[in-house]
Amino acid sequence: MPPKAKGYVEISVEGCKGCGLCVVHCPVECLAMNLSDTNSYGLHYAYLSKEDVCIACQNCSVICPDAAITVYKKVD
Amino acid sequence: MKEGYKIIYQRPKTLLPKRMHYCPGCFHSTIHKLLMEVVEELDIQDKTVGVCPVGCAVFAYEYLDVDMQEAAHGRAAALATAIKRMLPDRYVFSYQGDGDLAAIGTAETIHACNRGEKFTFIFINNGIYGMTGGQMAPTTLEGQKTTTSPYGREPQKAGLPLKMAEMVSQLPGVVYAERVSCNTPANARKAKRAIKKAFEIQAKGLGTTFIEVASNCPSGWKCTPVDSLEWLKTKVYPYYPLGVFKDESAGKKEV
Amino acid sequence: MGEIKFMKGNEALAEAAIRAGLQGYFGYPITPQSEVVEYLALEEPKYNYVLIQAESEVASINMVYGAAAAGARVMTTTSSPGFSLMQEGVSYIACAELPCLLVNVNRGGPGLGTIQASQGDYFQATRGGGHGDYRVIVLGPNSVQEMVDHTFLGFELADKYRTPVLILSDGATGQMMEKVVLPEPIEYKPNKPWATTGKTPDRERNIVTSLYIQSEDMEAVNIKLQKKYQNIMENEVRWEEYKMDDAELIITAYGLASRVCKKVVDIGRQGGIKMGLIRPITLWPFPMKKIEEVAALDHIKFFLSVEMNMGQMVEDVRLSVNGKKPVYFYGRTGGILPTPEEVLEYARKQLK
Repeated sequence: MPPKAKGYVEISVEGCKGCGLCVVHCPVECLAMNLSDTNSYGLHYAYLSKEDVCIACQNCSVICPDAAITVYKKVD
Repeated sequence: MKEGYKIIYQRPKTLLPKRMHYCPGCFHSTIHKLLMEVVEELDIQDKTVGVCPVGCAVFAYEYLDVDMQEAAHGRAAALATAIKRMLPDRYVFSYQGDGDLAAIGTAETIHACNRGEKFTFIFINNGIYGMTGGQMAPTTLEGQKTTTSPYGREPQKAGLPLKMAEMVSQLPGVVYAERVSCNTPANARKAKRAIKKAFEIQAKGLGTTFIEVASNCPSGWKCTPVDSLEWLKTKVYPYYPLGVFKDESAGKKEV
Repeated sequence: MGEIKFMKGNEALAEAAIRAGLQGYFGYPITPQSEVVEYLALEEPKYNYVLIQAESEVASINMVYGAAAAGARVMTTTSSPGFSLMQEGVSYIACAELPCLLVNVNRGGPGLGTIQASQGDYFQATRGGGHGDYRVIVLGPNSVQEMVDHTFLGFELADKYRTPVLILSDGATGQMMEKVVLPEPIEYKPNKPWATTGKTPDRERNIVTSLYIQSEDMEAVNIKLQKKYQNIMENEVRWEEYKMDDAELIITAYGLASRVCKKVVDIGRQGGIKMGLIRPITLWPFPMKKIEEVAALDHIKFFLSVEMNMGQMVEDVRLSVNGKKPVYFYGRTGGILPTPEEVLEYARKQLK
């Protein structure tokens, strides 16, 4: 198995509408809904809950309807 | 910026940095995003003209950073026809929902397709009239409950749901017709490829391109965004299958 | 000096449109104006204009909207029932401030009606026609020459004010043949920075819309439109006067009816009645001031509006006269042209 790339995602707190589609489609389950906080629209937002696991597959940014996710990949 | 990392994806610049008014999880937002990614990647912002509908996407021009015209309900295909005829070297698209394209606008849809008008239809089919509060659409499924079919759509009274991608594929003017969806990352990527392909066909002047999006409406369907994906998988796709219904783009000569 | 030809009204209009720099025509056949689209179809190979026979009048007017918003000089033609179908589109075009030329070759109504001439669409034409507070400039030709002249004028006014212009013709004027002088073709080079031609880096995106969800925005748009209409009312009124110098009995008539009324004035004067004719050429803006001035003169006995309908322009005459003198109406409809004799007989009756 080739080594997995180290990835990182930034989810805009205000831009996220809390739809949850990114969370269910992350293949390594590194995203979660922040149920203890809401943004200024009163919505629970998604966030990167397990930083070391992200593989920068872009599934979340592709599925995110609101283009609220920026995806980073480690520079070799 | 994160040290030691580079950005491999961010929101396209052609999608204005405004919060879109669509409900959480709605594929209108997704398609707006994918469409603008295509415009950015093909570098055609200065050559694109869009027509927006009456429906949830009536304010599409607030988010898409391209020249846009607001059409009367159902008439986007007529506007797009005229724009493309007057400005044949531009990328012209109409963006419509199921009321706009398949109810009040059916004549304009059929005739633009029949004449082979060289623009791209983007048809958002979510089986309901979202903006006006969740009434039955021509694409509402049999048995589906809406505010004007509170006991479920009855075929004897309302007919069966219209299959637009299948219908327009019968018309010789249509060169490429595909039904896509955005319920999984794989499908969303396919949807983006379909839009890009449609624009590339437009550049060659081959004919009408028709992208139907089997879309969701969590608000109208009265479920969560995640649950709306389940409805799509179990109820919508069996009736409205995803896939290519027509593709004559390879055989045709560039105009 | 242009070219002199003997032409049918509808065809002269089509030829004039081509010479005026027509870039797009979107229309649907309907009697009595199908000759326009037929003529343009026949001439198409020689020119560069876009011609689409659309699937309906509804599609036609929306194509006009799309092409006008993309910056082109465009028009459509139709007749009464078709023009009714177009009203939503015209309202949108007026609100979005787009230039275009519309032609209604008025036939008998209401309903499917007849195919003969009528003036029954005067209200529809001059009161906006569709929903909302707007007007369109209305020109009322009474000859084949005016069908030509008003086409050139209509396109110019449309561009000048960014507003729809309507030529309100009729089934007879569209069909009859007369000598016309056709102007030289012009080279149309528009400058429309607001058009949707593709957002270049040097500007913001252009949005052409008539949707304003915020009340304040909607009111602001309406105030802007009204200022424009005020400007048009002050600067673009046109009318013709015939034997008005010492006239005591004023006939008002437009279009086809005015041709009959010229004869009425001549015969009346031969019989000793000092008649005169005011012929509005712009039906909107209506020559209110002129009629108001005439009504104030002591020697004026009354006004008589002669129309091919059941009484429409007479209301504008009454508004202009504002109670100073009596205003009567004589009309025939269904395509029947009033004869000079019957108009005179009616006028004589009112004199007693």
